[in-house]
Amino acid sequence: MTRPSTLKISGLQFRRGSRVVLDAIDLQLQSGAITAVLGPNGAGKSTLLSCIVGLLRPERGAVELDGTSLYSMAAMQRARHIAFLPQTPEIAWAVDVQTLVGLGRIPFHGLSSDEEDRAAVARAMAKTEVTQWSDRTVTTLSGGERARVLLARVLAGESDWILADEPFTGLDPSHQFEAAELLRAAADQGGGVVLTIHDLTLAARIADRVVIINGGRIVADGPPREALAPQILRDVYNIDARWIDGADGTPPTIAIHGRASRS
Amino acid sequence: MISRRWAIPALSALVVVLWLLSIAVGRVTLSWDVWQAQDTISRVILLELRLPRAILGVLVGASLGLAGAAMQGYLRNALAEPGTLGVSAMAALGAVLSIFFNIAGLHPWVLPICGVIGGMTAMAALFILSGMAASVLTLVLSGIILSALAIAGISLALSLSPSPWASQEIVRWMLGGLTDRSFDELTIAAPLIVVGCIAVLGCRRALDALTLGESGARSLGIDLNRAQWQLAFGIGLIVGGSTAVTGVIGFVGLIVPHLMRPLVGSRPGALLVPSAIGGAALVLAGDIVVRLLPGGSELELGVVMSLIGAPFFFVLLHSMRRKLT
Repeated sequence: MTRPSTLKISGLQFRRGSRVVLDAIDLQLQSGAITAVLGPNGAGKSTLLSCIVGLLRPERGAVELDGTSLYSMAAMQRARHIAFLPQTPEIAWAVDVQTLVGLGRIPFHGLSSDEEDRAAVARAMAKTEVTQWSDRTVTTLSGGERARVLLARVLAGESDWILADEPFTGLDPSHQFEAAELLRAAADQGGGVVLTIHDLTLAARIADRVVIINGGRIVADGPPREALAPQILRDVYNIDARWIDGADGTPPTIAIHGRASRS
Repeated sequence: MISRRWAIPALSALVVVLWLLSIAVGRVTLSWDVWQAQDTISRVILLELRLPRAILGVLVGASLGLAGAAMQGYLRNALAEPGTLGVSAMAALGAVLSIFFNIAGLHPWVLPICGVIGGMTAMAALFILSGMAASVLTLVLSGIILSALAIAGISLALSLSPSPWASQEIVRWMLGGLTDRSFDELTIAAPLIVVGCIAVLGCRRALDALTLGESGARSLGIDLNRAQWQLAFGIGLIVGGSTAVTGVIGFVGLIVPHLMRPLVGSRPGALLVPSAIGGAALVLAGDIVVRLLPGGSELELGVVMSLIGAPFFFVLLHSMRRKLT
């Protein structure tokens, strides 16, 4: 569906006052995979995503999408390539589900016809299985239902990249898996997915690549097995954790035994 | 939804009916054949009194309805409105100061321009005081500050006013109405209001996107900084231009979007045009009521709107109480 795409982040530095939030981040992201960004609270995960989406302008460094600098791109053009699901998304008005999903088509105004927009909205709603709520008001939906609708809004842009800031927070385990499957499907169809996440096991299961940030720097980067190795988790989170492989091919679990004893 | 498709045609029809009524009704009732009438009194009433009044009613009502819907959309706050947040009062202060300093007589454009400057200053101050993620509290407090400042300034101008004529003029601005406005005043207000409406309508996609909050809108490629100043400019022109001619007519922008949401849905961009049509209907209806009320002299429209608007505001606040705390 989507052509291969690369997001190249080089020498990214971001400061809030005198505090360095991100320091010399170099990262090359490929589409067709899910990249999970992990790290302790305040590590700079959300800031990194905001810089990639263009919500924040870094002090130094560049983000390039297939060789073009994101910061020299018009905001609308950038939005057509990269869709963003903010942490704790806001819905200000009691609009119906269809209208909310349709907001994802705003960057395409003047470029796609009404029929194309409607078709894209219908596809996104079908994928997330929210079509039956088309005319319902978003305020009448439960938290899990609303999360699916917000995901449909992101998918409606049919962008090459989806960046999601903690998309699973506040969802029950079943809805977490459901949302994860939708992001998986987007990646399998060639899209690039980058998300921040706190749940180690969920990250290990859904991500193709895990990037761990601590203190504004990348401290681990690789397949989940490597990047989430017990020694790294100990260094970053100060916890004792180990991988438990599921029997008969069921996915692994990362069991946390407690805070690491300082030695 | 069927009601949504019919809302705009039905409202437009209502405006046409009210507009015709507004021309026919008054101390002298005009008949339908007044257009061809030979007798000069009827013609004078029609052309010099009723026609400008009815056109001004549509213009001012539509633009205030539009301004209210846009402010609510931008601030993501259903209590926002030029009148309640002190923008109208600041526009009136601008107009009053031009009378007080005796510069209004220099050129017919001086007074409306001063009104526009007052309105734009208020919008800029509101955005700066309350910031982007304005809570209801900061917003309402900002509005109180602006209103207090404007009322104090107007009162000061009133008590220090150099001539009885000036103080009479100033009082007229504080009350607000469509009585005895001429085509001259209409031709000054109309361009300001029309340009303001175009600027505001140009923000409709930004307002839609703001349904998803600030970061949601920006990630959709919306330049919020530009939208903010375009709205301040547009609403400043609308409120300044209309206040300069009609005085303060409050609550139109508050009431109308609320009445429109059940009819056309809550998407802010889709609410703009229906709110404009609804605003025209409300002001025309209010102005007809003003003329039909018994009594020696007419009640000013601004007073009637506040009499309707204040209880409406109260009910609204009451129903939103849970969300506010």
